[in-house]
Amino acid sequence: MFGKLTLSAIPYDVPILVGTFIGAAIAGLAVVGLITYYGKWGYLWREWLTSVDHKRIGVMYIVVALVALFRGFADAIMMRSQLALAYAGNPGYLPPHHYDQIFSAHGTIMIFFMAMAFMQGLMNIVVPLQIGARDVAFPFVNTLSFWMTTISFLLVNVSLFIGEFSQCGWLAYPPLSEQQFSPGVGVDYYIWAVQLSGVGTLLTGVNFFATIVKMRAPGMTYMRMPVFTWTIFCTTVLIMVAFPILTVAMGLLGLDRYLGMHFFTNDGGGNQMLYLSVIWGWGHPEVYILVLPAFGAFSEITQTFSRKPLFGYKTMVYATASIMVLSLVVWVHHFFTMGAGPNVNAFFGIMTMIIAVPTGVKIFNWLFTMYKGRIEFHATMYWVIGFMITFSIGGMTGVMLAIPASDFVLHNSLFVIAHFHNVIIGGVYFGYVAAMNFWFPKAFGFKLNEAWGKRAFWLWFVGFYFAFVPLYVLGFEGMTRRMNHYDNPEWHPWLLLAEVGAVMIACGIVCQLTQLYVSIRDRNLAENRDLTGDPWNARTLEWSTSSPPPFYNFAILPEVHELDAFAHDKEAGIDTRQAGGNYQPIHMPKNTACGFLIGAFSFVLGFGAIWYIWWLAAVGLIGVIATVIARSSDNDVDYYVPVSEVVRIEQEHTHNLMAAQAAE
Amino acid sequence: MGDHISSSGESHGSVGSYLTGFVLAVILTVAAFGLVMSHAMSPSATGGAIALLAVVQIVVHLIYFLHMNGSSEQRWNVMAFVFTVLSVLVLVAGTMFIMHDTSINMMSR
Repeated sequence: MFGKLTLSAIPYDVPILVGTFIGAAIAGLAVVGLITYYGKWGYLWREWLTSVDHKRIGVMYIVVALVALFRGFADAIMMRSQLALAYAGNPGYLPPHHYDQIFSAHGTIMIFFMAMAFMQGLMNIVVPLQIGARDVAFPFVNTLSFWMTTISFLLVNVSLFIGEFSQCGWLAYPPLSEQQFSPGVGVDYYIWAVQLSGVGTLLTGVNFFATIVKMRAPGMTYMRMPVFTWTIFCTTVLIMVAFPILTVAMGLLGLDRYLGMHFFTNDGGGNQMLYLSVIWGWGHPEVYILVLPAFGAFSEITQTFSRKPLFGYKTMVYATASIMVLSLVVWVHHFFTMGAGPNVNAFFGIMTMIIAVPTGVKIFNWLFTMYKGRIEFHATMYWVIGFMITFSIGGMTGVMLAIPASDFVLHNSLFVIAHFHNVIIGGVYFGYVAAMNFWFPKAFGFKLNEAWGKRAFWLWFVGFYFAFVPLYVLGFEGMTRRMNHYDNPEWHPWLLLAEVGAVMIACGIVCQLTQLYVSIRDRNLAENRDLTGDPWNARTLEWSTSSPPPFYNFAILPEVHELDAFAHDKEAGIDTRQAGGNYQPIHMPKNTACGFLIGAFSFVLGFGAIWYIWWLAAVGLIGVIATVIARSSDNDVDYYVPVSEVVRIEQEHTHNLMAAQAAE
Repeated sequence: MGDHISSSGESHGSVGSYLTGFVLAVILTVAAFGLVMSHAMSPSATGGAIALLAVVQIVVHLIYFLHMNGSSEQRWNVMAFVFTVLSVLVLVAGTMFIMHDTSINMMSR
């Protein structure tokens, strides 16, 4: 009846987990209680959970990403504390079984549910506005994507309290991840969470690719597209190329585990080394899926706060496109030591070094954008400059690792950990936080507090160096990754230093939460309110609408005459909004619960399959199929916004604009 | 917003074309299974044969289900297809290159 699920699967004998559960339960009950107290369930359901508005979906993605950041960081600081303690005979406070789950969960959550969700949130909020569109190409698919990602994250968190999570690292290498060596449900949780969220990500890729190809405002040729849109465009191409590979890798591993097949097993003709090649065929493009949008955000921020157009727009576009292509031919650098020999390693090593060239072009473009610019040291600029320094160092250690000979020394050591955190925190995370600070007023109509933003930056920036430079040193001293305890006295001081860094980063996260709280509290102060829709005097179309934008984004689709359309219009004295123009009824999609329902049934399917509760999995699968059929045969999916409402909303914004101008 | 986009330049197929595609796909699938289960050829010849059948299967799907054709005026269809073929080739050829060398060096075959 309940498959593998018995009462013993609940870890009530592990105090850390019981404490976590109580904490999570209290927090959850508090949220539920507050929503009930203020009577907001109906509002939440109608306006958010079933919304097909890309801006709202974007905000929800980022909320999920911040929760995932919190969870992933809790894992991180637990690992650092374990290694600060578990020295010379002291076993630390995390037994290996638990510790292995923590580092696996940390990587899985940070990549799939923090970074990917954050990135999709940003593209949702920004891209349609930036290209002058009213929504994405497939609004229903968009809400479906969001729910697939969210329920997968939920599945990972359920594994905390029911059963266990994978202990095989964030990519679950066989043969360790095979049934023979990991008979528990941990790897199954991992496979199902990754598979289901992969569906969501792939659909997002298709959706935004179609949106960018088909729905750009009149006059916006490819070479007039804002750089952020360009980077998202290349990212969606990479998603469409790479995510099917991940699906296949997970599918084959799943067949091994569920049906006793032998793709990657030790025996029966399996070849576990093939898994490495396949999974990194996805894994390396994935890195660029994450970092390209951050590059796009840096470009927008640098040009806005340097008060001049981006230096070398065309080289930026070509650099982005060449990174997109090159990222598909470097994957062996993740397993140089597997034994493919000098021919293979030399080829992929050289390709890896070549990819540093377009990335270097980008760094110089940002520097030259700042050169002789009138730089405003806004909090977002802090993240940009911090990124340029940190990412350059990370890039250089990456080129070191790209040399197969030195990789043989450093493979699987903490040097690798230091390197990829160097580029992922310094590149991806700094970029997303900068983007959040930059586009926050667009999404909500008020600015984020700058003082707390700068405090968060300094703590993150300095904390990063404290936490990860020691790991470079430890890598040279021969400390391998994923180690539970050790007895080398030379390592201990460095690990204590890394713990200090982790605590500083924790303070940085507290500052970011405080920043959110303070900004929401002071949202009605005149200096925080964004009445014009263009708080930074920025250059691209998203700033030509009100903040937050009306649900239809643009009453009249803007005409694009040049690159940086909004800056051009401001200089030429053209009203991008064409206020008071010839308004027409606006065709918009209706909200739908189908995305939520398919997500919920997929969760049931995943949970049932993880625990071998086959009737439950069948219920989930039938639910998914039934919802898809019901949705497909529903013709009542759209409506027209009457002109009178458009006029009312637009006049209100014109009124605000005039009030803001009068105040100046 | 979906129907704001004009879908000119692509055909959406008919019941007949879908049925043709379906029948062809079934025949190709059954043929592949049949080849393996009947042991009619040597193992290496079987491998080659089912790889060939798989490629034909892909072409059938592209023509009957994804409505690709030479006269398509959609530049994007062709570009996307070329890019897909290129990346599949990179991945397949790359993996064969890697696994071949690995097998020799590690004596895993």
